[in-house]
This record gives sequence, C-alpha cells and structure tokens, in this order.
Amino acid sequence: MKIHEYQAKGLLKRYGFPVPNGEVADTPREVREIAERIGKKVIVKAQVHAGGRGKGGGIKLADDPAAAESVASDILGMTLVTHQTGAKGKKVSKVLVEEASNIDNELYLGMVVDRERESIVIMASTEGGMEIEKVAAETPEKIIKEWVDPGTGLMPYQARRICFGLGLKGDSFKQGVKAVSNLVKLFGEMDASLAEINPLVVTAEGDILAVDAKINFDDNALYRHKDVVEFRDLAEEEPLETQASEFDLNYIKLDGNVGCMVNGAGLAMATMDIIKLNGGEPANFLDVGGAASVEGVERAFRILMSDPNVKAVLVNIFGGIVRCDRVASGMVEAIKNIGDVSVPIVVRLEGTNAEEGMTILKESGLDFQTAKGFQEAASLVVKTLEGGG
Amino acid sequence: MAILFDRDSLTIVQGLGKEGQFHAERMLAYDTRLVGGVTPGREGQEIMGLPMFNTVENAVKATGANTSIIFVPPPFAADAIVEAIDSGIGLIVTITEGIPTTDMIRVAQRLRRSDTKLVGPNSPGIITPGVGKLGIMPADIHLPGKVGVISRSGTLTYEAVAQLTAQGIGQSTCMGLGGDPIIGTRHKDALAMFNEDADTDAVVMIGEIGGTDEEQAAAYVKDHMKKPVVAFIAGSTAPPGKRMGHAGAIIAGGKGTAAEKKSALSEAGVIVCESPAEIGDKVREALEL
Repeated sequence: MKIHEYQAKGLLKRYGFPVPNGEVADTPREVREIAERIGKKVIVKAQVHAGGRGKGGGIKLADDPAAAESVASDILGMTLVTHQTGAKGKKVSKVLVEEASNIDNELYLGMVVDRERESIVIMASTEGGMEIEKVAAETPEKIIKEWVDPGTGLMPYQARRICFGLGLKGDSFKQGVKAVSNLVKLFGEMDASLAEINPLVVTAEGDILAVDAKINFDDNALYRHKDVVEFRDLAEEEPLETQASEFDLNYIKLDGNVGCMVNGAGLAMATMDIIKLNGGEPANFLDVGGAASVEGVERAFRILMSDPNVKAVLVNIFGGIVRCDRVASGMVEAIKNIGDVSVPIVVRLEGTNAEEGMTILKESGLDFQTAKGFQEAASLVVKTLEGGG
Repeated sequence: MAILFDRDSLTIVQGLGKEGQFHAERMLAYDTRLVGGVTPGREGQEIMGLPMFNTVENAVKATGANTSIIFVPPPFAADAIVEAIDSGIGLIVTITEGIPTTDMIRVAQRLRRSDTKLVGPNSPGIITPGVGKLGIMPADIHLPGKVGVISRSGTLTYEAVAQLTAQGIGQSTCMGLGGDPIIGTRHKDALAMFNEDADTDAVVMIGEIGGTDEEQAAAYVKDHMKKPVVAFIAGSTAPPGKRMGHAGAIIAGGKGTAAEKKSALSEAGVIVCESPAEIGDKVREALEL
C-alpha cells in the first residue's frame, strides 16, 4: 500500500526522524495561513502517489504567504502528469506546505526487503535527488549497503558506516546515525515494504532533514496496522480496482481491449501473455480466486463490463477444488442477471467437471463461444475482435 | 522416485479447521499417510480419525511424524512454522497465504539454521503422483512418471501438469514453491534436488515476475544441471509497480521483469516457452519422445 508524502513525514516525525516544519492543506487560503505561521520562504508540494512531481510543475517555491497562496491555486486542482502517472495524470487535491530548507548537500537513504538475503537492506548514496535505480546502473560503487540481521537488529557500527560513507561530519554525523537507526525501527515496526528519503538533506546549518519521503507498506501486514489503513486514499486508486477489492477480487486495469477472467494469479498473468502473443491486448488482470462463486463471477463480469475499452472477454478457468460446472452455472446466472452483455465471450474450461461445464454453457441459450485448449481460446478471442471490427 | 515427499513421509496437519479438514479429506482419499493433527487444546480428541495433539512435539513423539502441512491463518502461521522446525520436522509445507513479510524474515533465519526444508508459504503444496499429496491441487490431473514440475503459482502449475499428462508424460514430483517474496524452497534449490533424483529425467520450471529466483536458477542450470529444463515465465505483459495477485509478483525499480528472466534462462541453456500453451510440446521435444 502506498501513502502520501505528508503521511510518510508524519510517521518519520513520530519515529524521531527530522522533517521540515510544515502542514498539509486543500485550499489556497489554508496554504496562505500555513505560510504565515511558518513565517519564512516556503515550498508548496502537490500530494499525489507518483514521483517526478517537480518536473511536472507540482512543486513550487514561494517567498511570502501571498505568493504561496498564488502557487497553491495553480497546483490545487491541476492534473499532474509525470513519468509515473501515465498520460492521464493525477488530479491534485492536497498540497504540503513546508519551510524551504537551506540545502547544503543532497543525499539518498532507502530501505527495501532483500528477497535473496531474506532481510532488510539499507541503501545510501551521495547522489541525492537521483533515482537509486539509475545510480545502481551507472555508478554502483556509489551505493553503500548494510543488511539488518533480524536477530541482532541494526548494529551501531552499521549506521556509522553508512554515515561515514555519506561523508557526514560532526553534529550532522551524529544526527545521521540516529536517523538511520530510527528509520530501521520504523520499517520493522510498521511492516513497511519500501522507505525512501530522497533527498536526505544536510542544511547549511548542519542539520539532517528528510526533504522528500516515500513509504510503502506490506499489504499482508495491514491487519495489524489500523493507523496505516486509515492513510488509504481512494482518489489515488483506479475506481474499478477499488470496487474489485471490496469483493475480494484481484483486478488490475490495463489499456487493452480483451477482458479476462481467470482463477489463480499465475494463470491470470499467463492468460494476459497469451492474448498478447496472439495479437490482442489484455484489458486487465483478474484473478477470481479459488472460490469462483456465482456472486463472485457476477461481480467480476460487472467489473469487466464497466471498462468501456473491453470489446471481448476471455474466461479461462482451471477447475481443481473449484468445479467447472459450478463456475459455468455461475456464469450463466451472472450473464442473465446483468442482462445486456453485448461483447463476445470466449470460455475455456479445463480440469474438474470441464465437460459438464461446457454442456451447461451450450444449453444455456446464451451466446458463449467455447474453446478446447489454452491456445485455441486465445486465438478465438482475438479473432472475434477482428470479426467485430 | 521423488524429491522431498515419498512413501516414508508421515505427515501431521497443523490447523485442522474448516479449510484444513476439507483438504485433509482429499489428501486421505489419495492415500496420503496423514498421522495426526495439531490444534492447541484438542489433545486426546480425533478429527476424521486422526489423533489430535496440543503441540507438534507431542505429535512427533506419538506418531513418528517427519512432515507437516500448515493451514494455520496468516497471523499465527509464523509461530506454527517455527514450532515445526523446533520439533525436528524434516519437511514443512505451508499453504497459508498472506503471512507478513517481516514474519517470514524472522522465520527464514531460524529455518536456515536448521535441517528442515520449507515449501511455501502461499504454496498449493507438493504431490508425488501415485504416492500421495500434501496440498490443495487436484490429484486426478497427475500421472506418475519422470518429469519434475516446480512453479511459483497454483493453477498455472495445474495447466502445465495437464499438458504433460495429455501427452502421456508423467511426473515424478510437482511442487508449488509459493507466490510470496520470501519462500523456503526456491527454484534453484528444487532444481538441485531434481538434478540428483535418479527418477527425474527433465524439469519444468514455471516462474513469474518479481525477485531474482529465476536468475539464480539460471546460474545453477548453467553450472550444474545435467537434465533438460523447460521454462515458462508468467507476466511478460504485466505493468511495472503493480502487484499481480501474488505478494511476490511485482516489478520493482525496473527489476524482476519477465524479459530479464527469460534471457538469463535462455543463456543458461534452458528451453524457454514463449507461450504457456506449448509447455507440454517442448517437454516432449526435450525428451525426444
């Protein structure tokens, strides 16, 4: 799960990681009031779940409260397009207003789960402001890494090694060591999956500050972090994905025109892949899960049909514990309940009671096209697309 | 005749709730040697004819169990796995989906210091056709034979197995490694076991986006593998930064793409299927049948 910068900074503050003085606002007037309270030059930052906000015009400096109000009125309500938002962009409805920092040096500090070494890895670099992937590709020697052993936790020398590597000195060094250890604590206790402070700034006064912050969380651990769940911003999500998540369906919207409904995540990805191999473009990823009940199937169909780009649907079910005849009955009932389904539906059933399922579809009087194998199903659905223009 | 799970495996079920019982019934129907169950507070009772125990330790003492299958819900699953490790269980199969990653980081540390093998979590389980199954897979699509199957997913594994069976190609052992970021047995570990198994002639490995397990497997194949490996990698069309159902199936920071994995495997001499529909054919070709 992703959260906003201002929420991430709130957590950092709670864990004693220094952040700039600031507040969040959703109207230009509030921005002016915050700027007045800060009483110094401020920076106004669009709050959307995407990087590259500065280049897209979503981050602006303001010398005084009037200027802050003015830039805020430009940013609030704008549709921000960055390399991470896609062409559609994201509407800005909140800004973070912060005291502008007197930057002396920009550094990078990040943490992720290292799957191979089965531990949390800290990454730091003197190349602040740059994407870590770019640094890793071009100048890997500039990345300092430390792995946190879950038994001993972070040892003080590891935090010191990172801060020496970052070239910190004197009081900045002391603050840095404390910040690194506090971030490790936050990461573990809050079940984060990624934390990035980029840039981590050393101010002209020698203070350490998180000028930008990104924290993602492990969805599987949200059950024990109610406070994190409250950070969820539905406006940041694809509406169909939100709707699907309410029904425990795993749906991700894509840009193609062949809708797919599959049981199992791996098979769902493979179905997208085979559609593409046959010259079509998948409109979505959809795993209806092991249950594949009438209700689930109906909801899944309704979500697929709500995407106006969908011109044909491929249903690919591998029955195991889930019986294909049950899924087929579910589909028939779902289509009857929905009523007006105008796009062609190609169905491939395999595994437990597949034959019985196919018979149910054929005898339903509904216009299902059935396919025998995985490849046949994919080529058939792409053909119906061409036939239909 | 198999890896990890054979006729000598005596298995207890940790978590015999509704789901555990549903699947235990099917495992018993496939003649799997289940010898007991563990649910704290139920010692002395029987469920489906299986003696129940308060602790794994007691179950091991009374039944001689060397294997465990875990259906315990996510918040309690790490505890169940560590209890099985500490009780000297040799093979733990964890079906539970949704265990927090930080829990698995802690479990992994204990696991790597022990002699126990863990399959999963978030795995459909392991089956040695004709011998028994520990998991939730449909048994009837399998055929005893000499091709090993490993995968990070469930139904896509069934798809591959069905393609093999349709060609008359049987399987030695089929194993779901699990869809989570941190899992006990990875592709390279399973390949190494199949490499040493006298009754496995070829291996099908099904990978997916996310992590570097497939790249590590490619390195293993290049240096050590004596048998043909046929692979399919799911998620060529998956967008970056999105979790594709499995907690571990995500392209993060531009890493973990299907293209990278396919090219690493091809370079290592693995037969890489472009289409998930050609797995059976490629295995037949590799075995020159």
